[in-house]
Amino acid sequence: MSEFFETSVFFGVFLSLFSYGIGLLLKKKWKLDLCNPLLIAVIIVILVLSVLKIDCRVYQQGAKYISFLLTPATICLAVPLYEQIELLKKNYIAVLLGIFSGVLSSLASIFILAVLFELDHASYVTLLPKSITTAIGMGVSEELGGYVSVTVAVIIVTGVIGNMFAETICRVFKIQDSIAKGIAIGTSSHAIGTAKAMELGEVEGAMSSLSIVVSGILTVLGAGLFANFM
Amino acid sequence: MKFLRQFGVILLISFIGELLYALLPFPIPASIYGIIILFLCLEFRIISLDSVKETSDFLIEIMPVMFIPAAAGLMDSWQNMKPALIPYAVITVVTTCVVMAVSGRVVQFGMRRKDRHE
Repeated sequence: MSEFFETSVFFGVFLSLFSYGIGLLLKKKWKLDLCNPLLIAVIIVILVLSVLKIDCRVYQQGAKYISFLLTPATICLAVPLYEQIELLKKNYIAVLLGIFSGVLSSLASIFILAVLFELDHASYVTLLPKSITTAIGMGVSEELGGYVSVTVAVIIVTGVIGNMFAETICRVFKIQDSIAKGIAIGTSSHAIGTAKAMELGEVEGAMSSLSIVVSGILTVLGAGLFANFM
Repeated sequence: MKFLRQFGVILLISFIGELLYALLPFPIPASIYGIIILFLCLEFRIISLDSVKETSDFLIEIMPVMFIPAAAGLMDSWQNMKPALIPYAVITVVTTCVVMAVSGRVVQFGMRRKDRHE
């Protein structure tokens, strides 16, 4: 049987879509932050693979065709951004200040917590790019001498947390404006958070998309600087 | 044919992004170059919104699904995180909330200040 799974191309794709479908159903039923379709789908995939004792690499063999679409889909984020450009032009100072302070607070809070937890240099630089898109974050981690696979894990967890709790966090901190919400979500939790921002509205989605680009580039510059602190 | 043409345009831009990543010495991935290229093409009317709109809406809508394989891959990198799991977990949760709160509040503050000036 496991030989069959090893040669199947559609198993990984189907399992991913099926799990996400269940996630959507549960979300519709309970409307809780914890019932996040992405989180549920990931848990189901991991459970199925563990129970059926299927190697993760076997699953990835089919699932890579889904990941294949990630770069084209990310590029498409330019479309909502273009559609909301007038709004951005009117508020660009506030928007850029917001992204800049978000990146700074990310690096600074990682530094402070790393000091408190007495992390070594390699673990510290592993965490520095945690709020930016995976492809950039991996490069930053590698260049600074971090553990790249851990960086990828932390980036994904950050995204899922942002995706799950964006609405709650915005409510608690009284972030009501659509532009502010979008910038907050994109700056803190990159493309996975942006998927949530897209659900909240076009303005949120567009601003979140912009934040991925700007905060990604700012973090490349800032992480290099912060790496010297510890 | 419309979807095929639109997907073709998007893939062409993805390819140009890859090309730039290979040629330029910056740690910026193909997708980021791609966003910038597509945005500039739309802004300067090199391509029309109609030539990407529906396919782009579709790809963005199904985007969450594309993160499932990478996230399921956490299964394998789990071992590497074990030694410092608690610090990693605390730092990840806390900083994500801090960044969201700070950036959102700063944007909101800046916009309200500007509105008052006008």
